[in-house]
Amino acid sequence: MRFAVIQFPGSNCDVDLLHAIIDGTGEEAEYVPHTAESLEGFDGVLLPGGFSYGDYLRSGAISRFSAVMDEVKRFAEEGKPVFGTCNGFQILVEAGLLPGALQRNKGLHFICRQSELKVVNNTTRFTSAYDKDEQLTIPIAHGEGNYYCDDETLKELQENNQIVFTYASENPNGSVADIAGIINKKGNVLGMMPHPERAVEDLLGSSDGLRFFQSMVQNFAKETADV
Amino acid sequence: MYNVKVYVTYKESILDPQGEAVRGAVHRMGFEEIDSVRMGKYFEIKVQNHDERSVEEVIETVCDKLLANVVMESYRYEIEKVKETV
Repeated sequence: MRFAVIQFPGSNCDVDLLHAIIDGTGEEAEYVPHTAESLEGFDGVLLPGGFSYGDYLRSGAISRFSAVMDEVKRFAEEGKPVFGTCNGFQILVEAGLLPGALQRNKGLHFICRQSELKVVNNTTRFTSAYDKDEQLTIPIAHGEGNYYCDDETLKELQENNQIVFTYASENPNGSVADIAGIINKKGNVLGMMPHPERAVEDLLGSSDGLRFFQSMVQNFAKETADV
Repeated sequence: MYNVKVYVTYKESILDPQGEAVRGAVHRMGFEEIDSVRMGKYFEIKVQNHDERSVEEVIETVCDKLLANVVMESYRYEIEKVKETV
């Protein structure tokens, strides 16, 4: 499979994502600038963490109007894998590809450390290599990761099994229902605040994030082959 | 030509951690009578006359799509008509 790693002005986890795909899964990945108007030839798109446009206005608010976002939306509609971590997640909610919003952390601090996650849904194409309720150690690094949605949306997320990851031990940012990551109804757009791409080998402190990318590649590659 | 002022704040139901921090500071200054502080964003926008769309229409679209995230924020605006500056 061939993945596009989008580079926005201020992205800073693009290298980590590329590394996770190429060295973690053995698949192909390439950087694509935010000004690109076509993602022709790619099978999936990855939105990295960082501080695109300096987080001006709100995190992700400016980036969602980047030229490449029309193509990201097309990928979402066509059922291709779309993954956003941290700032990438913020861009996906701002673009309306995932429900809810990300608010300033409850304690106002920027938090950068390992977090314990629980795999709430292991039936998605991104998490099939995990056990249900398995606990993972994956780092977080954000100031605006406090996931918010209204009660109605939360109910819908719960009923459709769209909450994929929650914070297991303590909630670092005050997010609704301890949410750390969610998926769209169709099951091909996933956004999360933690950084699985920073946890793909033991040298980095954890390799728990590797199976995330392996699941994605294995499941979506099968589909691409079936078509 | 119009001068438009737009105010964006968190909805009442949403905790505003920055406003809370400011409230804590004013209490430490000794002003216990300050009950609450809500912090938001303020925009000054100049809009030219347009034949096909009203200034309200433009401002509301820009607010809904960009200036405010209506999931958690609300906005209000004031429009003032001004003479064209040469």
